[in-house]
Amino acid sequence: MVESKQQWKAWLYLAPAIVLLLIFTVWPIINTVSMAFLEGYSGLTKAGGDVTFKIGLGNFIHVVGHPDFLQAMKNTILLCLITVPVSTILALLIAVALNAIGPLRKALQTIFFLPYVTNSIAIGMVFAAMFNVIGSIGTRRPVIVSYGIVNDIIRLISGNSDPKNFINFINTGSSYEMNMLVMVIYIVWNALPFKILVLLGGLQSINKQYYDAAKVDSAPRWRVLTRITVPLLSPMIAYVVITGFIGGFKEYTSIVGIFGENMGPVHDAGRLNTMVGLIYDSLELDNQGGASAAALILFGIILVVTLINLQVSKKRVHY
Amino acid sequence: MAESMKTMREKDMRKTSVYQKFFHVLSQGGIYLFLFLMALVVLFPFYWMVISSLKSLAEYRLSPPTLFPVHVMLSNYAEAFTTANLGRLFMNTMYVGLVSTLLSLVITIFTAFAFARLQFKGKELLFAALLATMMIPGELFTITNYSTVISLGWLNSYTVLIVPFLVSIFYIYLLRQNFLQIPNELYLAAKVDGTSDFKYLWKVMVPLSLPTLISITILKMMGAWNSYIWPRLVANDEEHRMITNGLRNAFTDTTGDVNYPVQMAAVALVSLPLFLVFVFLRKYIMSGVSRSGIKG
Repeated sequence: MVESKQQWKAWLYLAPAIVLLLIFTVWPIINTVSMAFLEGYSGLTKAGGDVTFKIGLGNFIHVVGHPDFLQAMKNTILLCLITVPVSTILALLIAVALNAIGPLRKALQTIFFLPYVTNSIAIGMVFAAMFNVIGSIGTRRPVIVSYGIVNDIIRLISGNSDPKNFINFINTGSSYEMNMLVMVIYIVWNALPFKILVLLGGLQSINKQYYDAAKVDSAPRWRVLTRITVPLLSPMIAYVVITGFIGGFKEYTSIVGIFGENMGPVHDAGRLNTMVGLIYDSLELDNQGGASAAALILFGIILVVTLINLQVSKKRVHY
Repeated sequence: MAESMKTMREKDMRKTSVYQKFFHVLSQGGIYLFLFLMALVVLFPFYWMVISSLKSLAEYRLSPPTLFPVHVMLSNYAEAFTTANLGRLFMNTMYVGLVSTLLSLVITIFTAFAFARLQFKGKELLFAALLATMMIPGELFTITNYSTVISLGWLNSYTVLIVPFLVSIFYIYLLRQNFLQIPNELYLAAKVDGTSDFKYLWKVMVPLSLPTLISITILKMMGAWNSYIWPRLVANDEEHRMITNGLRNAFTDTTGDVNYPVQMAAVALVSLPLFLVFVFLRKYIMSGVSRSGIKG
């Protein structure tokens, strides 16, 4: 009697969450998966009349064969493969350094966490301003009004004040490599705080005895880092790498922040589009079948990469 | 003989200790140098945003630039405020943020309580299934939710910005963990005293979990402030537009000859509330964030 009353009450507490989850989580899973396998599915066409869609892999074949998809895939994977290792290593070095100092540690820790609490669109606009060149670029005799602070610093360091001595990072006529470089810098800048926070937390929980033992053996700092710190920190490192890859494959707003909804420099819109950007593009073109297929592909990639990461860390992570 | 051996060894030891000390100071100095350099890189965009927002357009375009504005132009802020209609955007975002945080907290508390304290069939299975959905990228849900909200007639409303995201498995997980730490004896004692579950939840468990609830509130509010993709898709009209979308819409050009001082003033205004939250509530954000791995 009491038992069934408890049951009934538990479901009452769960009811609001369950109802919302059924509508906005469970149904989408079922519906998105089924739309992906209905060839050429589109809400508009369906509303237009009595049409049936063929069941098959057509959406997937269409998406994978599309040149935009290949470009988006290339961008996403490149950004992931560069930004995740770079930001992880930098964050590790900063965390270890923070852990090794006494005075000013709290203040520096606060500074390094600051980029976390920012709006990626807003700060993206600041980065764009820093890399932007004002003037007529690409003409035979470029007239430059303002080089932008990044180019100003480069000019200052190189000591070359020739008006042609500047790098076109994001303006009309800029190269793909330079665009990617700016994106990498911005994404790494954005990714550091979370990684530093997690790694520093891990460092502080390492038993001091290991370091005392290393001191007795007077092991050099570098060896202490590679032989003690990194192995003992490996669960945390695995964690930031996995979440880094998951976040990296969903990269989108940071590119909107710097390049706007063009997703690329003015002369080549869409050049820096990513997987997520592609999904929203197809959605706005009312191509739900294609969008669903692309989303499932993204899910598959994330799943595979996470499993690989877990496998690697099973072998390498020292618990 | 033995005497001199001893002094020699002592001398040796002193020598190495001086050597070590020197090395220690050197490496410590290197560490500080590295940290200061990195801190400079981290802070520079903020510095550039603020000083650019205070310059006149003519001064901004100077090359090499001034490192501090010659004439402080506060009028950029007024211009940014009206150009981007920031007042309206601010109100919209606050409204959506507050309502969705409040509703989300209530739902999260109820759900976490059921999972932490009540007994029902299939509890473990259901909880595992919920956790599994966290692996699925949000885009997969968005595609169908977009059609759902259209057929519900919710396009361009506050409802569409609030309701689809009220349940967060991550928040439920976070709060459940916290609830589980509260000793069961307390619950049984309350039962003996004839306290109802509902009263126990609000009088004992909620106050004891306040830090987690504050973390959730901050993350949820920051989520509303930074949300961009979903609002752009479903509520990008003048009346309901959120602040990030408004910022992007008002300043579409990021490259070329743009009025950057005004643009930077708008960016600074949008960043200011986040900065204040950071200064005063950093502790709660950090404790929430280190367990999440997701932004906002």
